[in-house]
Order: sequence, then structure tokens, then C-alpha cells
Amino acid sequence: MTASVLQSIRSTTLESPSPPRFLAGEKVPKADEGAELAQDFVSARTPNEQTMTESKISVRNFDFFYGASKVLHGISLEIPAQKVTALIGPSGCGKSTFIRSINRMNDIIPEARATGAIMIDGQDVYGGDTDVVELRRKVGMVFQKSNPFPKSIYENVAYGLKIGGMRNKRQLDEIIERSLTRAALWHEVKDRLHASAMALSGGQQQRLCIARALAVDPEIVLMDEPASALDPLATSKIEELIYELKDNYTIVIVTHNMQQAARVSDRTAFFMLGKLIEYADTNAIFMNPKEKMTEDYVTGRFG
Amino acid sequence: MTANLRRRKLFSRVFEVLCALAVVVALIPLAMILFYVIKEGAGALNWDFFTKMPKPVGETGGGMANAIVGTLILIGIAALFAIPVGGICGVHLAEYPETKFSSAVRFAADVLNGVPSIVVGIFAYGLVVLPVKRFSALAGGVALGFLMVPIVVRTTEELLRLVPGGLREGALALGATRSRAVFSVIVPAALPGILTGILVALARVAGETAPLLFTALGNRFWSTSLTQPIASLTVQVYTYAQSPYDDWHRQAWAGAFLLVMIILTLSIAARLAVRRLERMNRP
Repeated sequence: MTASVLQSIRSTTLESPSPPRFLAGEKVPKADEGAELAQDFVSARTPNEQTMTESKISVRNFDFFYGASKVLHGISLEIPAQKVTALIGPSGCGKSTFIRSINRMNDIIPEARATGAIMIDGQDVYGGDTDVVELRRKVGMVFQKSNPFPKSIYENVAYGLKIGGMRNKRQLDEIIERSLTRAALWHEVKDRLHASAMALSGGQQQRLCIARALAVDPEIVLMDEPASALDPLATSKIEELIYELKDNYTIVIVTHNMQQAARVSDRTAFFMLGKLIEYADTNAIFMNPKEKMTEDYVTGRFG
Repeated sequence: MTANLRRRKLFSRVFEVLCALAVVVALIPLAMILFYVIKEGAGALNWDFFTKMPKPVGETGGGMANAIVGTLILIGIAALFAIPVGGICGVHLAEYPETKFSSAVRFAADVLNGVPSIVVGIFAYGLVVLPVKRFSALAGGVALGFLMVPIVVRTTEELLRLVPGGLREGALALGATRSRAVFSVIVPAALPGILTGILVALARVAGETAPLLFTALGNRFWSTSLTQPIASLTVQVYTYAQSPYDDWHRQAWAGAFLLVMIILTLSIAARLAVRRLERMNRP
């Protein structure tokens, strides 16, 4: 019964014709060293993945620790470019830790440590020559709780550009309008760009945060439960937005809401207790999960 | 109503009355000080007080123009010295709260905050006055600055730590470096509160006498030189109040009244500044 509900949800949005799948850990050599990992990356294009579009983020045997406790165990997956990839799983399963590893937001947590590799366009984000500031300009992030700066709407969107050194007012104006338009917020705020961002509604604030992330022209946008604090109407706006954004950006979204994952994503990864249990086309995960645990979770038997 | 409930209600009532009484007891001295200072001081205040210099002993009239300017110069020096030092120190404590160094700094600030102001005066005397063998405005300003630093440090730290962590993450996620995130997002978000703390600290040191006694010393003549002794309202009030002359007593009251007004003005300025800045922080 649940499956048919999901079927109807899916049919209102998108249908992928071929559901290729591969399981976590499959075809992924357990390697520990950077050089070997890089080689793996080159040879990693197994037939399994050829049906996917080009891989943007390639995660290789990634472990993550907070102090002595290991919270991610050997995660390996390929995140395709210009698609929406959803990370689902019960609370505490490590999906947030994982998404925050992609732009190294966990760096600010003392005692946090990672092994393995996350490659973006072939470059290891944890490699020695990766500049974290540069990385974060390429990999934008939207947080669960909208976090506009206590500045004007204009200054919020301009922030990333200004710290990047842009001073030209005409250029700034142009990018700010474009970013707000892309975030479907321009028409609501164009007459009060210099009013405080804190006066916006929750949903508007979250779209402002998306506009702010888009302004610096990232290639990847990470979204950590971007709609979990919003009402259904604001949520549907954010979801529409995500759907449109994937034409230009690679999107990774953490969500607790399975209908949301089903509606917006092309690929879905199911996490459990710090392990990647299953990763496949969203259709396959919801209609025809291979793993018992995945099936139990997506049909609501636990979690 | 059961006996138990009655007993509890009675206890609650008694406690409310006790609280109200405590508030009244605490407010009485404040009200009396204000009342007496206004009664004695406001009448003695006139235009001459602001514009004229002190008259020689035995002559009536004159004012405290030099002391008013002196006090402004002294708290100006203190602010110039204490705001950057205290502010940056507060930022460090908020950014690295757990390190041993931070604990030591925090402890030092708390101790310094509790050190009697006369001791701080002696320290400034040893530091600034002794080497050049001359009392000076600079020495007085430094003494007041030392008193200000711990207040600025602690308020800055407390207020920075109240800024939601999400703002930091938002800035970092946009490619800000840590210092950039701190100075372009976190500090501005906490600025209204920090500014209040600074103005409160200024008001506090503006009323200090003891640390000025052997640093700025006092001066009966017009001087704005930083290397010469300088007059201040507090020291002038102290000197005049001890004198045997009625006219000087009258002027001491006027000086006390002016000090209270300066502190009141600083407090009001603090509130207005906060309101202006908070317009961006809140809807």
C-alpha cells in the first residue's frame, strides 16, 4: 500500500527510465592512501555507473570521527552532476555529518577527523593542497535553520561577493537580482532590498539563504534539511526551487521527509548507524529497495 | 481549600511582600542620592560653572571649565586605550573559550575588575608617572583605561557568545575566513550589546576619583596637554568638598550633579545606540 502511495507521489514529479543501482561498498577497493585513491577514482567508472551522468562528487571509503567515536564507516558513493541526490535515514545516522564533510564544515568542530577521500572533479577536498575557503565558494550550503545575517536583504546576498573582493556596484546589483530571481524571491523583496532580512518570513529567509549561496556561483549546493522548519506552503516553494536549480547545480539534500526525497531527488542514499546501506535511483529505493533495512525505513516500519 | 494549600498560598504571599520590600530598600539610597544631588547641585549650577575657571582662594564665583574638559580628555584617553585592547581580548576569549590561555586571561580580567581603583592608580603611577617624574593627563587616562579593560573584555565576550552559531556557519559556508566571519558577521551582530557595555564602562570610570589622585593629580589652571597634570570633575569635587569655603561647597555640589548627569547621558546614549542598531537585528 505504501508503495502505491509513493508511486503516486513519484508520478507527479519525475520518472527515470532506467534504475541502475549499485550497493555501498561494491566495486570500491578498500584503500587508505591518497595516491591509491586517486588511481581508484580514474578506474572507478565501472559499467554500473555508466548509465549515470558524469560524477561530480566521488566519495571513497570515507570515515569520520568525533574524538574517539567513529560516526561514518567507509562511505563510498558517486554523486552525479546536475542531479539532486537525497540523503535519508533516521536521526543520528550520520547523514548530516556526511553532507557537512563535503564542504568541510566539520572542520570547525574540535577533535573532528576524517580518513578516506571526497573528490570533487577529481580533487580531494581533504587533500593538503585544497584551500577550504576556495572549496566553500565552489560548494555552497543551506542550513536547516535559516541563518540570514542581521543585515539588509541586499547585504545578505552581497556578502559572499564582497568577501570575494567584488566592489563594482552595477555588477553587484546585477548578480543580486539574478540570485534572488533564481531563488524565487525577487518579486517579493525587490521593493525593500535595504530592509532587514530578519523581517522576512521563515520561508522567505530560507530562500534568501539559498539566494545568498547561489550568488557566489557555486557548482554544488548542499542542503541540510532546508525545509524541515517550514510550513507546507513554504516547503513546496523550496522543493520547486530545488527542482529548477538542478539544471545548473549539483544538489545534495539531507531530508527527514521521505515524500520530499521522493519528490525532489533523482538519486537517494539511505544511511543507517553511520553506514551507507543502499544507494540507487530514487525510484528504485522507494519502489524496489534491495535491502531489507531500506524497505523497512521507506515504508515507515521504523525510524 | 485544604489547609495545605492555604499554607502554601500564604507563604507565596509573604515571599512576594519580602521581595517588594527588598526592592524598596535597594532603591531608597539611589532615590535619596539623586534627590539630594539635584536639590543641592542643580541650584548651584549656572553658566559660569561651565565657562569660567576656578577663582583664587577667597574669591567667590568662577567655575570648573577646566575640570569638565579634563574629565572628557581623561575618559577619552581611557576609551582609546581600553576599547581596542578590551574588545580584541573579548573576541579572543569568545573565539577560543576553552584554551588554558583564555582561562588565564578570563581569570586575570575578573581579578583586575575586583582590584580597588586606588591600587590601579598606584600601578599607573609606577608605570607612567615615576619614569618621567611628572603627573600627567596620560597617566590618569591609563589608570582609568586599566579599570575599563576588564569590563569591556567580559561584556564583549559574553555578548559574542550569545550570537547564534548558525551565523558563523553561514559566513564560513560562503567562503569567509574565520577572522572575516568574526569581524563582518559575528561582531556586528553583537555590536549593540557591546556598545552598551562600553558606555557603561565609560560611565563607571568617569566617576572614579581615587586612581586620578596621584596620576592626573588635578590642576587649577587651564590645561589640555597630555603630559601635564590635568583637572577632573571628581578630583575637583573632592578638593572643594574638603575646603572650608561655602562657595566651594556649592560648586562641589554642582560638580557632583554634573557627574551624575554625564553618567545618565551616557546611559541614555547607550540605550539609543542599541535601539538604532537593533533595528537591523530584529524585525
